[in-house]
Amino acid sequence: MSLIELSGIERTFLLGDSEVHALRSINLSITPGEYVAVMGPSGSGKSTLLNLLGLLDRPDAGTYHLEDRDVTTLTPDEQARVRSERIGFVFQSFHLVPRLTAAANVELPLMLAGIVPAERTKRVSQALKDYGLTDRAHHRPEQLSGGQRQRVAIARATVMHPAVILADEPTGNLDRATGEDVVTLLEGLNAQGVTLIVVTHDQTLGARARRQLVMEDGAIARDSGKG
Amino acid sequence: MRLSDSLRYARDAASGTPLRTGLLMLSMAIGVAAVVVLTALGDGARRYVVGEFSAIGSNLVIVLPGRSETRGFNPANLITSTPRDLTVEDAAALLRIPGVEKVTPIVIGTTEINAGGKLRESMLVGTNADFIKVRHLKLALGRFLTRDDLGHGSAEVVLGALIREELFGTENPLGKTVRIGGRRLRVVGVLTEGGQGMGMTTDELLIIPVATAQAMFNTNTLFRILIEAHSREQIGDVKARVLKLITQRHEGEEDVTVITQDAVLQTFDKILSVLTLGVAGIAAVSLAVAGILVMNVMLVSVTQRTAEIGLLKALGATAATIRNTFLLEAGLLSLLGAFAGIALGHLGAAILRHFYPAFPAYPPNWAVLAGLGTALAAGLIFGVMPARRAARLDAVQALSRR
Repeated sequence: MSLIELSGIERTFLLGDSEVHALRSINLSITPGEYVAVMGPSGSGKSTLLNLLGLLDRPDAGTYHLEDRDVTTLTPDEQARVRSERIGFVFQSFHLVPRLTAAANVELPLMLAGIVPAERTKRVSQALKDYGLTDRAHHRPEQLSGGQRQRVAIARATVMHPAVILADEPTGNLDRATGEDVVTLLEGLNAQGVTLIVVTHDQTLGARARRQLVMEDGAIARDSGKG
Repeated sequence: MRLSDSLRYARDAASGTPLRTGLLMLSMAIGVAAVVVLTALGDGARRYVVGEFSAIGSNLVIVLPGRSETRGFNPANLITSTPRDLTVEDAAALLRIPGVEKVTPIVIGTTEINAGGKLRESMLVGTNADFIKVRHLKLALGRFLTRDDLGHGSAEVVLGALIREELFGTENPLGKTVRIGGRRLRVVGVLTEGGQGMGMTTDELLIIPVATAQAMFNTNTLFRILIEAHSREQIGDVKARVLKLITQRHEGEEDVTVITQDAVLQTFDKILSVLTLGVAGIAAVSLAVAGILVMNVMLVSVTQRTAEIGLLKALGATAATIRNTFLLEAGLLSLLGAFAGIALGHLGAAILRHFYPAFPAYPPNWAVLAGLGTALAAGLIFGVMPARRAARLDAVQALSRR
């Protein structure tokens, strides 16, 4: 059984009057618990692929099965529910809400899912504890270091216990040492069974993954998983 | 998303930009305050006028000689066109009508009063003992006219406060004799100061029995007959019966006009209510302007928070959740602004009342509620467009914005 099953995915954008083929005939299968790095030059379609996997974008053709369910045909609201419950996002620029505290940022997905406040408080404090942020709970993002910000973002991505974490250049805005910490953290999650898909420019980071996908011109040029 | 969470989220979002939020609330507050203060003015004017009229006596039916209305062509008009005079006998007959409490005939004229060598021109009213009750006047000294059922006309006079002061100063005028229109009359009473009504002050009035006045002016007609009904409900019946009786007494010709205090009051009440409503409407325009400002501010907010909206979508927020969050924010700001405006409006009305104590500038409840409702409606209606724009944002593009 595979967690993610893409077949014949096509995605084209219109830039001015020229068509850009961002993804062409992508066929991909990812099993639960995998650690996949998506690499390739800028404009090769890595981010488009990640957005598609995260249900933030729809393919023009092809099907996407997530946990054996065809998610391409779902309504926007159903897709939002899948994002809420099964997918965690980690962004390069963290995307924390600046006016909210670390705890409130971590609480956001729980709040959007309509979970009762008592349960939320419990899960948020556990998450903050897991990522060593308990004493930073009431700090706002501007009062946190880059590494702490990304840890808050990872806590937020995992607080709903998703099946897959999609990380877009998670170390891109961090120095090497903090980046290393963050990657270790993500790999720890993967060790606990969460599927981890990381998009990165960084060759060394990519090399740490058990499976590497290299993209070129919107197609998968090399897939180490297919051996 | 739970409602309490949506509210808290909207509140935090609004307080995140205090200046913008403050200005928006101020504009709403000014709009609502304008409605409150202007309706307080309008309604205050209404109350003031109604109060002035009620002071004359609110169960009054007034009979005037002559018709002020036309009833089309009537051959009888060709033969008899001069109206018959109202007489004291007419007034006495009216007292027998059921529902009539008191009847007061009135004769009015100007005359001279002479006391102790001082001479003064003055307004003179000839009437009966019930006049003081019908007109709600009060005595400062002595008594009012005696009951004079036989119509002999005793030689007594009640003075207005100003007349007494000018003729007698601090001296007690009771029992003194004055000359009025060549007749010697005895002062029996003095009215209190500040009596008002029917467009004249009673301070400069001389009141004598109606028969004495008629003899003095050598006439037997009356200027008015004032009738007080038992109760407000009977005014209509009394009016009809009075008209019927007088018509009978005047050989079948309807040559008097009967008006009621109530009708005059209601007319003023209606006119001023409509005026208040109009003023409220004008003030409501400023609320529409405030609504456009809400739209403007929310559009800026959506633009500034594009990345946040993208994030919320990535975290599983539906389009409806995002739309509701923004709509709630607009509604919340409008409502808070409106409450501030009501407080401001009440303050303004209180200041008005402080400087013009006679003017009852209280904002009516309907206006306060309407102001609140209009503010909320304007905020929500003008909040819909920005909220929909937020909900429709493309998540990928929104997230790529910094």
